[in-house]
Amino acid sequence: MPELSPAEWTAVELSLRIALVATAWALPFGIAIGWLLARGKFWGKTVLDGLVHLPLVLPPVVTGYLLLMWFGRKGPVGAFLYDHFGLVFAFRWTGAALASAVMGFPLLVRPIRLALEAIDRRLEDAAATLGANPALVFFTVTLPLALPGIVAGVLLCFARALGEFGATITFVSNIPGETQTISAAIYTFLQIPDGDAAAGRLVVVAIVLSLAALIAAEWLGRRASARFHGE
Amino acid sequence: MIVLSVAVEKQLGAFALAAQFHIAGGVTALFGPSGAGKTSLVNMIAGLLKPDRGSIMLDDTTLFDAAKAIDVPPHRRRIGYVFQEGRLFPHMSVGQNLDYGRCMSRRARDPSEFERIASLLGITHLLQRRPRMLSGGERQRVAIGRALLMQPRLLLLDEPLASLDAGHKGEILPYLVRMRDEAAIPMVYVSHIAAEVRQIATTVVRLDEGRVRAAGGLELLAEAG
Repeated sequence: MPELSPAEWTAVELSLRIALVATAWALPFGIAIGWLLARGKFWGKTVLDGLVHLPLVLPPVVTGYLLLMWFGRKGPVGAFLYDHFGLVFAFRWTGAALASAVMGFPLLVRPIRLALEAIDRRLEDAAATLGANPALVFFTVTLPLALPGIVAGVLLCFARALGEFGATITFVSNIPGETQTISAAIYTFLQIPDGDAAAGRLVVVAIVLSLAALIAAEWLGRRASARFHGE
Repeated sequence: MIVLSVAVEKQLGAFALAAQFHIAGGVTALFGPSGAGKTSLVNMIAGLLKPDRGSIMLDDTTLFDAAKAIDVPPHRRRIGYVFQEGRLFPHMSVGQNLDYGRCMSRRARDPSEFERIASLLGITHLLQRRPRMLSGGERQRVAIGRALLMQPRLLLLDEPLASLDAGHKGEILPYLVRMRDEAAIPMVYVSHIAAEVRQIATTVVRLDEGRVRAAGGLELLAEAG
């Protein structure tokens, strides 16, 4: 494979960092929302379910625009986070991570929810009679049994975050070294004369990373289910 | 001395459960046909099902009292429960399953107690295995061991032999009898099979259609035929 230029390496490194941070931050929320949707009985559950899935069906540009309105420096949430925590999203890599997390969230929540729904609740009762309080039941029985679903969700979310383009470029633009991910870099190279070779190299990187994520998902999924279905 | 005293009412759809009984030590059989409300009753004792009215006392503690709004959650009742289907944790080895109760109550490890109960039930050679790899009889012995090792104040056994074929039933019963004779834990044994109850129980509470019909010695089994 031909050598990547420093600028291309920056895009690769940035993409990985954004995807990792996005997935890591989304995971606890994904487990919480997945749990609420699987177990909760409350008014507005359908609305919550719809909201979670919205980024999947909305045009990514619309999601990016909504993020800009809400999380921009003058947006209601963005202004609050800047004033209280000094957090800035607009035109920063952190914003790209937020956009990726939002776009990957439905893919993260769904397998977790399905895994939680499939758990035999009677095992949780058994754990309670053995002296486990509800928090311990959750961490020693519920969560480990949902692990295959969590692994699947994490990898789907990561892969989605790695490839995110529309919402990211709308929300945080396409700034080399700050918000220019692999996808955005490929797009940029295709706009300039003689950019084909650089674009081609990044395409190869994107394919390799996606394949690696798929293989990891398969391997981890098998390992997790092997733990329950005998050695 | 009365160990457990139950007086509860519960409406379950069209089925009305209203039962009152006391048990002393030894093994008390909750005996009656399917649908008599036996499992609902032990679930209430364990804290997994909430009665509408009444009270449940174990030794000198109140586990449930509707009038006083007392309802001790299952994890604080220290009542061992052997379920019909075992309910071993599939993601843990047999050894981890057995140790679960001790871990959750943060008691110190007691290898001699662990060894004693594992060998009483003949499961010492299974400790590394996953529940999936066990026969039905082995699984049920592990479930019994898991409940015993949490050092329960009372042990509930809900038709522990129901999921086993005739051969495996014969495999478990002697262990249960040994347990009765060696461990001084009062037990409630749910069953609808008179022959089974005759081998293990010391007293009988006969249940039918959600009501206690009679309570007394093994002679009650004869009347039931």
